Amino acid sequence: MAFSATTKIIQPMYINSARSPDKSDSCNKILSPSSFLGSNNKLFSISKTISPLSRRSATVVAVSSDVVKKKKVESNPASNLLITKEEGLELYEDMILGRAFEDMCAQMYYRGKMFGFVHLYNGQEAVSTGFIKLLGNRDCVVSTYRDHVHALSKGVPARAVMSELFGKATGCCRGQGGSMHMFSKEHNVLGGFAFIGEGIPVATGAAFTSKYRREALKEDCDDVTLAFFGDGTCNNGQFFECLNMAALWKLPIVFVVENNLWAIGMSHLRATSDPQIWKKGPAFGMPGVHVDGMDVLKVREVAKEAITRARRGEGPTLVECETYRFRGHSLADPDELRDPAEKAHYATRDPITALKKYLMENSLASEAELTAIEKKIEEVVEEAVEFADKSPVPARSQLLENVFADPRGFGIGPDGKYRCEDPKFTEGTAQV
Amino acid sequence: MAAMLQAIGGASPSVAFSDHYNKSSVSSIRSFPVIRSDARSSSGSIHGSFKPGKIITKATATQTESSASAASKPGHELLMFEALREGLEEEMDRDPRVCVFGEDVGHYGGSYKVTKGLAQKYGDLRVLDTPIAENSFTGMAVGAAMTGLRPVVEGMNMGFLLLAFNQISDNCGMLHYTSGGQFTIPTVIRGPGGVGRQLGAEHSQRLESYFQSIPGIQLVACSTVYNAKGLMKAAIRSENPVVLFEHVLLYNLKERIPDEEYVLSLEEAEMVRPGEHITILTYSRMRYHVMQAAKTLVNKGYDPEVIDIRSLKPFDLYTIGNSVKKTHRVLIVEECMRTGGIGASLTAAINENFHDYLDAPIVCLSSQDVPTPYAGTLEEWTVVQPSQIVAAVEQLCK
Repeated sequence: MAFSATTKIIQPMYINSARSPDKSDSCNKILSPSSFLGSNNKLFSISKTISPLSRRSATVVAVSSDVVKKKKVESNPASNLLITKEEGLELYEDMILGRAFEDMCAQMYYRGKMFGFVHLYNGQEAVSTGFIKLLGNRDCVVSTYRDHVHALSKGVPARAVMSELFGKATGCCRGQGGSMHMFSKEHNVLGGFAFIGEGIPVATGAAFTSKYRREALKEDCDDVTLAFFGDGTCNNGQFFECLNMAALWKLPIVFVVENNLWAIGMSHLRATSDPQIWKKGPAFGMPGVHVDGMDVLKVREVAKEAITRARRGEGPTLVECETYRFRGHSLADPDELRDPAEKAHYATRDPITALKKYLMENSLASEAELTAIEKKIEEVVEEAVEFADKSPVPARSQLLENVFADPRGFGIGPDGKYRCEDPKFTEGTAQV
Repeated sequence: MAAMLQAIGGASPSVAFSDHYNKSSVSSIRSFPVIRSDARSSSGSIHGSFKPGKIITKATATQTESSASAASKPGHELLMFEALREGLEEEMDRDPRVCVFGEDVGHYGGSYKVTKGLAQKYGDLRVLDTPIAENSFTGMAVGAAMTGLRPVVEGMNMGFLLLAFNQISDNCGMLHYTSGGQFTIPTVIRGPGGVGRQLGAEHSQRLESYFQSIPGIQLVACSTVYNAKGLMKAAIRSENPVVLFEHVLLYNLKERIPDEEYVLSLEEAEMVRPGEHITILTYSRMRYHVMQAAKTLVNKGYDPEVIDIRSLKPFDLYTIGNSVKKTHRVLIVEECMRTGGIGASLTAAINENFHDYLDAPIVCLSSQDVPTPYAGTLEEWTVVQPSQIVAAVEQLCK
């Protein structure tokens, strides 16, 4: 099999080896290994022993290549492969779209077409593609500020996302949300949240609705919700509160941790007492799974199981995807803290390169077919930019339109009429 | 035509109240109907998702529109927490998507019995007992609302919702906007707040002042049994996120309310007592202090106009403005703290809009900028008392 899971323990490099002496205005002290303030735990270990004390009704699974190999044989006995050709091409196209789109975002940002905080997803495509391509339209996705690719994988057109980034009225949120707030009712993308952890309760609520529809409204509903968030979020209260509630009520949700080891400049090891995030699942009574997030096929296998569990009403799963972002935290981040050796290591595990290799080695696709996909995506992204460029900026009248779903919420003016009845109101020239 | 009857005074409080209140046995509030013309129904077309619906424009605590219809049904007497429950129950019957989230709302029936019996009737999923995680279950309510439910979130005490500020501000308030109008958040967030009976500083908070800047939410405060039920129903039916402020000390108010279904307007203020000399604006519990003071003032020959603003955000500038134009003097009596409270905003709004009509500067009586002390005497001095209201009116009307 092309993806040989490394059982090598990956440790982020200590800070002191990454600093160049010229950088004078950093606020990070250079630490010697002896004063390293963080967990000395290894990141993950493929250990099959589970102590009886920590054993709960849910199983703890650490995915290794053995597990995947076993599944490989089970799932597709005829062909010995994890995916069919169509699936493979779909996955490839989705990852290429994610990568190309984000690269274009960087270009556009530096050309002054988009502003503010833009967080790119390069390197993490396997997680988005691996999970979201298994969902139906009615399933919900909740993300963080690093949400462009989640939206794209879920089906939001590239032109709508690009337009939103340019702040145009044709954006998926009419230009009102921006990079960190991608929403789509049509595709059930529930955001896009700027504060980390803020979206997890929203995802929990969407999962609650699914259960409510089934049990209280007696509808035929097995919609699943995926909540994506990072390693930094896993130290936040909302994460734990929602793990508890989701497990308590067996909500149809999968908590997907995109552990890229860094929360801006804070290494996961410096922030977390026990950095093995998957272990936090069983503490709340749900399975905790660790998976190689640079390998889309492995992610997909784990995702299949977690999503199926949720659909069957068996409750939530916590999936920790070990992944990496090739760019800085945002386009404003100089990304000086991460060790170049670490970056180089993960660059060799580029999920797109890996899938390409897999597809070709297993004769699922030819070079020509893959190049055709790349070309097609290039055109899609360029068209998206053109569309966004040509789109109009929001008019002044748009300013107050979506503050309230029911604009009577603006109240009654001195003349006795509801403010929203004043024709000048939506023009934005009325006194509010 | 507005039929005006004089209000006799505040509601008769139950024995839970302190001696400040007159314990004379007035069995019901007799307020007067000020009927708004239905021509005010909104018909303007607004871009976006607003669909003009039927607007119920009766703002006031009215028993009847005419005495004829009063005779048809006697109404029923109940306590405020029962009225809140009745409103909630009617809405839950009417729309199966309405559900309740909160601590101890289910099996326990609610700390103030507002949800008593509902879990037995509707099940544990529709009346959800949550773990103690305000920020998360409020966020859960947002997510549920986005995906089609209509949750009512109970803060066991409004003060606890400080923990949910992230979700209330960013998600309840702003999400409709940042999603470009794609998702609506028809949540109701309700609970008891205000200064109680020696509950200590943290249980005596007035969150309306902290929430008022959040764009995209409406704040309403109920004060009578009648308006409690009407506002509860209106809040649940509203497509906007609404925060309904109840008051710890008002739950045992008793009043007779109509048997017929009624829904009040979220944006309108309530004329409690029309008058000529001065406009007194108030809300929630302070309404009763004001009405107490009003009795004294009437005896002294004053004629105060008392308006319960009810809608803390947005302000009903029509009712307020008409009153200011008539009396030219304004006194605001509120329970918020001096700094940054509803009174402060209201003072600014009136000054901006009706400055020309004022004969005297607006006086705002608020609570002291003090964490509410436990000691009874100190607590009494932090909130506005009827004697202070009387003194302020006398001063203003000199």
